[in-house]
Amino acid sequence: MGAIKRNVRVAVVLAVAIFAAGAAPAANTEVQIDQFAFVPQRITVKAGATVTWINEDDAPHTVASSDKLFKSKALDTGDKFSFTFTTPGTYAYFCSVHPHMTGAVAVEAAAATDTAR
Amino acid sequence: MASDHGEGVNRRKVLECMTWAGTGVLWTVAGGVPRSMGIIGEARAVEPSGLTFLQISDSHVGFDKPANPNALGTLEDAVNKIKTLPVKPSFLIHTGDITHLSKPSEFDDADRIISQTRLDVHYVPGEHDVLDEDVKLYRDRYGRGTKGAGWYIFDANGVHFIGLVNVVNLKAGGLGNLGHEQLEWLEDDLKGRTASTPIVVFAHIPLWSVYPAWGWGTDDAARALGSLKHFGSVTALNGHIHQIMQKVEGNATFHTAMSTAFPQPAPGAAPSPGPMKVAEDKLRSVLGITDVTFKRGQQRLAIIDQPLQR
Repeated sequence: MGAIKRNVRVAVVLAVAIFAAGAAPAANTEVQIDQFAFVPQRITVKAGATVTWINEDDAPHTVASSDKLFKSKALDTGDKFSFTFTTPGTYAYFCSVHPHMTGAVAVEAAAATDTAR
Repeated sequence: MASDHGEGVNRRKVLECMTWAGTGVLWTVAGGVPRSMGIIGEARAVEPSGLTFLQISDSHVGFDKPANPNALGTLEDAVNKIKTLPVKPSFLIHTGDITHLSKPSEFDDADRIISQTRLDVHYVPGEHDVLDEDVKLYRDRYGRGTKGAGWYIFDANGVHFIGLVNVVNLKAGGLGNLGHEQLEWLEDDLKGRTASTPIVVFAHIPLWSVYPAWGWGTDDAARALGSLKHFGSVTALNGHIHQIMQKVEGNATFHTAMSTAFPQPAPGAAPSPGPMKVAEDKLRSVLGITDVTFKRGQQRLAIIDQPLQR
């Protein structure tokens, strides 16, 4: 039940983020860490956006980029970690405590949105 | 030596060897694998020559979520249970996740309780004990005389014990990891030993593939087990999955222990391996300690799991 509610919340956050992305390139996005998974597992943001991970689990997790660009401390329940993506590309990351948990952030050039307007 | 000849061991023989511990041991067989829920307070036929040691695991000191708001309290229950054992074990093995968040205060609390057993304790770290980047907190306390992130050997009553670390330098998308340096050290250590030496190898994450989708396995365990192949008796003791599981493969017996803190779901029985909430009056029946006895001349060690409360 809680998971469904959370997923709805994620969807709303994402919808807002996507809507906002149309208006301003540096939209911020949240990723839930829930049931030993990153939700959503893959997100797309514009360059300059800040992504915030929040741990909803009873177990500690980390957010560690596979190429060591960023790494959070161990996040206890309710703890958050943010990283701002400035360069387009795809950034794979995982939980260094439970490495079967993986995710990715795709970063698109912010300029594309501006010229499209 | 006779037990080291390569005839293999059939299931009946294994069951015979493992049920020697005597009257009152309640056996269940799940998935063709024998499991025992041992009994405390009843006299057991332990011969003086036998080596008895205990395994405890996954104390998660500091954990205070609904699955068990008082993990320190249930560790204390386990310690009290150990104090009342009819046969004083020679030592204790803790297979990791001593703490929940690697905090100094959690390590201190765990030490304060576990030291009340007045037993030597041989630790290996769980992933919850190495949350600080350089594994300093764990190593400062338990790392004396160990190599790398904390692996080591010791011997007792002719049994060779190997403590392995499979919770550091984990790779994206992977499972538990021993790493090249530790494997080389292991192979080097085993090289000169005779095949009749009973081996007990212990590590936090299971050394066999219990359920890779939840990370319950060790990527490079096959190489470690390969170097143990020619030994007549190999027992692998693990924690991490907070439930009893056992597998017999050739001359190797794999066994995972209950947690002293909270249970986790059976593989695939829940959306995730997170802490499982059970009714409060049932909690202590799914937490416990593991009693291991080695008798010379027997190929298998007798492993008896004892819940904190039945």
